[in-house]
Amino acid sequence: MLWLIGLGGSLGAGTRYWLGKVLADRASRDFPISTWLMNTAGSFLLGLLLDGYLTAQIGESLWLFAGAGFCGAFTTFSTFGYETVKLLVANKVNIAILYVLTSVLTGASAALLGLWL
Amino acid sequence: MQLFFVMAGGFLGAVVRFALGEWIGSADFPLATMLANLSGCLFLGWFMTFSSWQEGRWREVSLFIGTGFTGSFTTFSTFSLDMIQLIRDGDIWQGAFYSSMSIVGGLLLAYIGYKLANVQFKRGEP
Repeated sequence: MLWLIGLGGSLGAGTRYWLGKVLADRASRDFPISTWLMNTAGSFLLGLLLDGYLTAQIGESLWLFAGAGFCGAFTTFSTFGYETVKLLVANKVNIAILYVLTSVLTGASAALLGLWL
Repeated sequence: MQLFFVMAGGFLGAVVRFALGEWIGSADFPLATMLANLSGCLFLGWFMTFSSWQEGRWREVSLFIGTGFTGSFTTFSTFSLDMIQLIRDGDIWQGAFYSSMSIVGGLLLAYIGYKLANVQFKRGEP
C-alpha cells in the first residue's frame, strides 16, 4: 500500500518538475502561473477521484495511488507559500494577494467541480 | 538524472505525508494535512533561501529535498478538498479556521524560514 502511494508520489513530483520547466520557458511574468495551474488542476482531479472512490467506481488501490500519491505530490503547498513570500519581500504585494486569493478560490472551486462531475 | 532526484524525494514525501495522516488519524478535522503544510512551509522557506546561496553545489540536494520531498510532503489538492468538505458538512467555522490557519500560518512560517536563512547568511554560517 505504501509502495502505491510512493509510486504515485514520485510520478506526481516528477510531472510537477517537468511541467514547471516547460511552463517556465513560456511565462516570464511575475505571477507564479505554473504552480497555480498545477494546484488548480490537481484539486480538480482529486475531487474527481474522491467522488469516484466514494461511489465505488474506483478501488482503494487506485485512490491511494492517484489521489494520495499522484495528486498529493503533483500539487504543493510549500512552494505556494515560498513563492508568495518571495513576491512580498520583492514588494510585489498586489501580485502576492492576487496569487493567494485566486489559488484558494480557484482550487476550492475546481475541487467542488470535480466532486460534482 | 535531475528527474531521478525529484522522483526519489517525491516518493518519500508522499509516503511520510500518508504515514503522518495514519498516525494522527483525526476523522473530523484534517489536522495531519494542516501540520504537514505548515511545517513544510517553514522548512521550504528556510531551505530554498539557504540553498540559493550555495551556487549550484546543492543542485541535486535541492531537487531531492526541496522540489521532491517537501513539494510532495505538502499538498494543495487535499487542502482544497478539505475546505470544501468541511463547509459542505456544515462546519463553516472549522472550514474558515482550517483555511485561514493554513494560509496565514503557512505564509508566516515560510517568511520566518526565509528570515532565519537571511540571519544565518549575515552571520556567515553557510
